[in-house]
Amino acid sequence: PAAPAPPPAAPLSAALSGPFPGGRVVRLHPVVLASIVDSFERRNEGAARVIGTLLGSVDKHSVEVTNCFSVPHNESEDEVAVDMEFAKNMYELHKKVSPSEIILGWYATGHDITEHSVLIHEYYSREAHNPIHLTVDTSLQNSRMSIKAYVSAPMGVPGKTMGVMFTPLTVKYVYYDTERIGVDLIMKTCFSPNRVIGLSSDLQQVGSASARIQDTLTMVLQYAEDVLSGKVAADNTVGRFLMDLINQVPKISPEDFETMLNSNINDLLMVTYLANLTQSQIALNEKLLSL
Amino acid sequence: MASRKEGSGAAGGGFGAAKGKGKAAAAGDSAVKQVQIDGLVVLKIIKHYQEEGQGNEVVQGVLLGLVVDDRLEITNCFPFPQHTEDDADFDEVQYQMEMMRSLRHVNIDHLHVGWYQSTYYGSFVTRALLDSQFSYQHAIEESVVLIYDPIKTAQGSLSLKAYRLTPKLMEVCKEKDFSPEALKKANIAYENMFEEVPIVIKNSYLINVMLWELEKKSGVADRHELLSLASSNHLGKSLQLLMDRVDEMSQDIVKYNTYLRNVSKQQQQKHQYQQRRQQENIQRQSRGEPPLPEEDINKLFKPPQPPPRMESLLIAGQINTYCQNIKEFNAQNLGKLFMAQALQDYNN
Repeated sequence: PAAPAPPPAAPLSAALSGPFPGGRVVRLHPVVLASIVDSFERRNEGAARVIGTLLGSVDKHSVEVTNCFSVPHNESEDEVAVDMEFAKNMYELHKKVSPSEIILGWYATGHDITEHSVLIHEYYSREAHNPIHLTVDTSLQNSRMSIKAYVSAPMGVPGKTMGVMFTPLTVKYVYYDTERIGVDLIMKTCFSPNRVIGLSSDLQQVGSASARIQDTLTMVLQYAEDVLSGKVAADNTVGRFLMDLINQVPKISPEDFETMLNSNINDLLMVTYLANLTQSQIALNEKLLSL
Repeated sequence: MASRKEGSGAAGGGFGAAKGKGKAAAAGDSAVKQVQIDGLVVLKIIKHYQEEGQGNEVVQGVLLGLVVDDRLEITNCFPFPQHTEDDADFDEVQYQMEMMRSLRHVNIDHLHVGWYQSTYYGSFVTRALLDSQFSYQHAIEESVVLIYDPIKTAQGSLSLKAYRLTPKLMEVCKEKDFSPEALKKANIAYENMFEEVPIVIKNSYLINVMLWELEKKSGVADRHELLSLASSNHLGKSLQLLMDRVDEMSQDIVKYNTYLRNVSKQQQQKHQYQQRRQQENIQRQSRGEPPLPEEDINKLFKPPQPPPRMESLLIAGQINTYCQNIKEFNAQNLGKLFMAQALQDYNN
């Protein structure tokens, strides 16, 4: 989507201050999205959208967005005002906790880029080198919440009125391991009637994890059968993956496996016994002291 | 929406006390029966530890939210910077005040309801935690401390627990009297120091939509740590910590025993002294001399200092937590091993 401008000429990459830092991939952490949605839900009366700053780090191949905070702003038909003082303050506070995060760009909720976005983007160009712009469609057009990222490039005929064009970037979602586990857990609220879930006990977790593996195995088996019966064309890469999978199961003789299993079980039982012993010891100690 | 009453922002604190509609906690009963956490808070805590907390450092932060009836809702949080020595002029209170003021501008609940801390293998029952939680609970009755265990979470399931001090322990802390007699009177054992509050996680509809989007766009998780059968590393470390604590406990017990022995020895000495005095007085009376003046016994025999009992209570509580964690971990692993055994039998 281009801002109002004369007929588009080839983007003048020479005018850009260097190539886009870090290639064309934006790596997004889920905590950023959750924050954006949350600030949208808490927006002021009458505000159609919320904006905020994106923080993160840049490396050779991509830009990684790890944090964000919302910035109060006012938007009306003909003018837009952003509280940049607030943004600067918040950035300072955030820097105290994570000194390595830098301003990467800004986000806005809503499904399109408006003229005001161009202005705000200009504000942010002063803060960050070639800022990125993220839109999160909270109005759910096409029944999807589309999440897109853009970087701006000037365009137009040199010498005449210049415009700005937003070129899209690929968005990838990245997780730390623990984040993935957290997201998997939080996702369960989608399935519960009042969107509330409790934290399950340990054996229940093992049960649900095994159920998941079982489901994936059934899918794989179904695929293999389909290929054998000719319903689905065979794919060599998938076949190789399956081969690797089967070969990964180690070949152990039943006796060795028995011994390994038993020794492990014995270890665990012994440790449980010791833990119980310690607990009864301190309970006794408590009783003796209060005599 | 529950009605909120804001306490006046004191200079050093600025905590607003949020009370739900009317229901005051009955004496001896806890004010909070359940903690409801937004998904956003969980993600933020995880991110904070992941980025800033590698190693044995604990990361801490503040929880924001409100109280509804007997449920504590936590809707947002912000992290606290690490304590570094080269940051001598860093003012914690100022950071907190500024953060809360800014968050207020963007309509985030700016009421303090507790704090969170990460833990290393479950070792969080320390004096520092007790003091902090006490000052929080003293200022705001419904506050909790959320303990996040990143190592257990990395093994496959989110480990987040909410704790509060029991009303009995609050009383004792208020008195600041940790001698054996006071604790015996209050009838505190290590089991009723902290109480755990059940947690539920809640998301709004829009967040659910976003999660669906994420699910569609990201692949299946390729690590299934939860089903891993390797447990010896984790067990080894937990047992090591447990042994250290048990050593500390036995030292503490030795100290207490010496104290008791000193007390009884002193009693004997006092008794002997009194007897000798009496005998002398009888002798003097028989000789017609005036009896010796009664001397203050306590000045002669200074009673030994009773050792503070809070340390041993904390150690006992910590040992208890370790044992609980170990037992849970073992139960999980036994289940997994039995499953593996069943699969193997099935194949043969």
